[in-house]
Amino acid sequence: MAVPAETARIETRRSILPRVQRAVAPIREARGMQRTMLWVGAAITSAFVLMALLAPLVSPYHFDQYRSGGTRFPQLAAPSAQHLMGTTVTSYDVFSRVIWGAQTEIKVVLISLVMSLSIGVPLGLISGYFAGKLDRVLVLIMDAMLAFPFLLLAIVIAFLLSDKVGQGILTAAIAITVAYIPLYFRVIRNHVISIREESFVEAARAMGARPFTVIRKYVFFNVIQNVPPLATLNAADAILLLTALGFLGYGIQPTQGAEWGYDISRAVSDASSGIWWTGLFPGLAIVLLVTGLTLLGEGLNETINPVLRRRARTNVEFGPSSPSPVIETETEGP
Amino acid sequence: MAAKGTSLRQYALTRLALVVPMVLILLTLVFLLMRVAPGDPVSASLGGHAPPAVINQIKHKLGFDKPLYVQYVQYLGNVGRGNFGTAINPAQPVSEIIKVNGTATLELTLYAMIIAITVGVAIGLLAGRFRDTPVDSGGRLFGIIIYATPIFFLGLMAQLFFGVYLGWLPVSGRASPLTQATLTTHTNIYTIDAIIDRNWAALGDVLRHMILPAFTLGLVTAGVFIRLIRINVIRTMKDDYIEAARARGINERSVVYHHAFRNALVPVITIIGLQVALLLGGAVLTETTFNWPGIGHELLLYIENRDYAAVQGIIVVFALVVVAVSVVIDFVGAFIDPRIRY
Repeated sequence: MAVPAETARIETRRSILPRVQRAVAPIREARGMQRTMLWVGAAITSAFVLMALLAPLVSPYHFDQYRSGGTRFPQLAAPSAQHLMGTTVTSYDVFSRVIWGAQTEIKVVLISLVMSLSIGVPLGLISGYFAGKLDRVLVLIMDAMLAFPFLLLAIVIAFLLSDKVGQGILTAAIAITVAYIPLYFRVIRNHVISIREESFVEAARAMGARPFTVIRKYVFFNVIQNVPPLATLNAADAILLLTALGFLGYGIQPTQGAEWGYDISRAVSDASSGIWWTGLFPGLAIVLLVTGLTLLGEGLNETINPVLRRRARTNVEFGPSSPSPVIETETEGP
Repeated sequence: MAAKGTSLRQYALTRLALVVPMVLILLTLVFLLMRVAPGDPVSASLGGHAPPAVINQIKHKLGFDKPLYVQYVQYLGNVGRGNFGTAINPAQPVSEIIKVNGTATLELTLYAMIIAITVGVAIGLLAGRFRDTPVDSGGRLFGIIIYATPIFFLGLMAQLFFGVYLGWLPVSGRASPLTQATLTTHTNIYTIDAIIDRNWAALGDVLRHMILPAFTLGLVTAGVFIRLIRINVIRTMKDDYIEAARARGINERSVVYHHAFRNALVPVITIIGLQVALLLGGAVLTETTFNWPGIGHELLLYIENRDYAAVQGIIVVFALVVVAVSVVIDFVGAFIDPRIRY
């Protein structure tokens, strides 16, 4: 019994490896600006993820610590060796809050991403595949939600939930989730509609596969390719949304975690007296993380999307009469 | 030509007919959203300290004691007649809020839009035209970073640098108190009011107050334009007719400026229309950062006061504006591009 199991395992390993290789092939083949964007984005993003995970180790103080060894930190102290990024009016260490902030942002955005994907994707699959009345109703509702400014929707949801659930990570995550469900729904649904008519799906149907089998085995994996770049770009957007909620006072409460948007809202009153460090550093953290995620998302998008893809130059020689566009110097993808 | 005219009219009528369910759904969503909200809107807006008799009286006056479906029908009827309800605290009709604060938002967003289009179209066209050159990388990077910058952060930094450090520009409000006192209200769009009065000192002051908020909102919005216009130009440059124009020996400059850019810019009108929702969301943040007395500023105030009636009225207006703009944009798009028809 042991031997067949062993071979079986080897076989699966064999069959999975090329598949993984094929899936990541476009990433290895990426060249030029695409490649730079992809790797710079990945580097920035992973730096922030590391910072979030290691916050208790790398941060000199806790995010709501205002004293150490019995002495209170100075208020609004300029950056110094003691406090690399200075302190706030409530004596918090700005550097520590920037580091702990990464944890809050990433936590909330991950929760909301998982929630909006797990609602938006199935809805899009079902709506697109079965079409009919349900589809029409869902599309109308989702379009109406899409027409609405994201930020306003999130503010209203956060406002409505704050009475019931209280202000916190969950409320903020739900507010962001509601704003993004229609987006995933729409992208997935439209893609499903175009795939539904493909011959391989028709073949599966003709062979008598049940609808959910067709969706699971044939439609899902074709559609899901679009999600990584979209989700990465949306994560960037979601961080902007979360910090905006925090700035307006509807995000994470200061006792629950450090949040960059909230810190900037506190910094507004410092600005008139020329104090820049309380606002500058959390703001730069937002810009850097969002830029990193956007670069990663755009890089992935161009790598996976064959229309925009540019591959490494292959050794195909064209004759001298081949039409060579004046501007394009690299070989285009298919 | 006659056939073309008919089809455009048909398009317009179909598009208008499609607005009805959209508006109805938006209104219903807003209504349901505000009704599932926990707590009692009236006592919440009065701070929970009002005597029960007063609360009941206000509830009766506002119709909150009626069954839900009656409220719903009344609400739809009211919105249909242009009555968006009455704010409780501070008490004033929502239509008044729109007239006073909405115009402030309108003025801000118009200037921001001009800046966004100018910057976005220029950089987007250049980046797309010179794809994969330093111009492209620079333009894209600028677009990505400016889009990654929260409006309130950019605003804060602008206030610190231009307002506090250099002392060049005012950092809050629509005008200085002196101007507020001398300016007569015609349209409540200060630039126009000042021009009507030929009050040039006021005009200068109003414009100086406009610079930082409009640039903040405009530049961040430009980030989106850069990305979309660049992709459009790249796509257009690959089209057959560009190749055909080149084959006819038309010089590259003319191909790019007359053939590629013109066609690349047609979809941009639609893109700009889609950004109105984004711009309105951004306006809320800009108004808070710069203490601009716009409608977003007002909305946050009423949320703070737990005034459900006002919040409902203001979001209904937001929703209607978004729908109206999208219809107008579609009309313009269909007028320019004869391929857009149902």
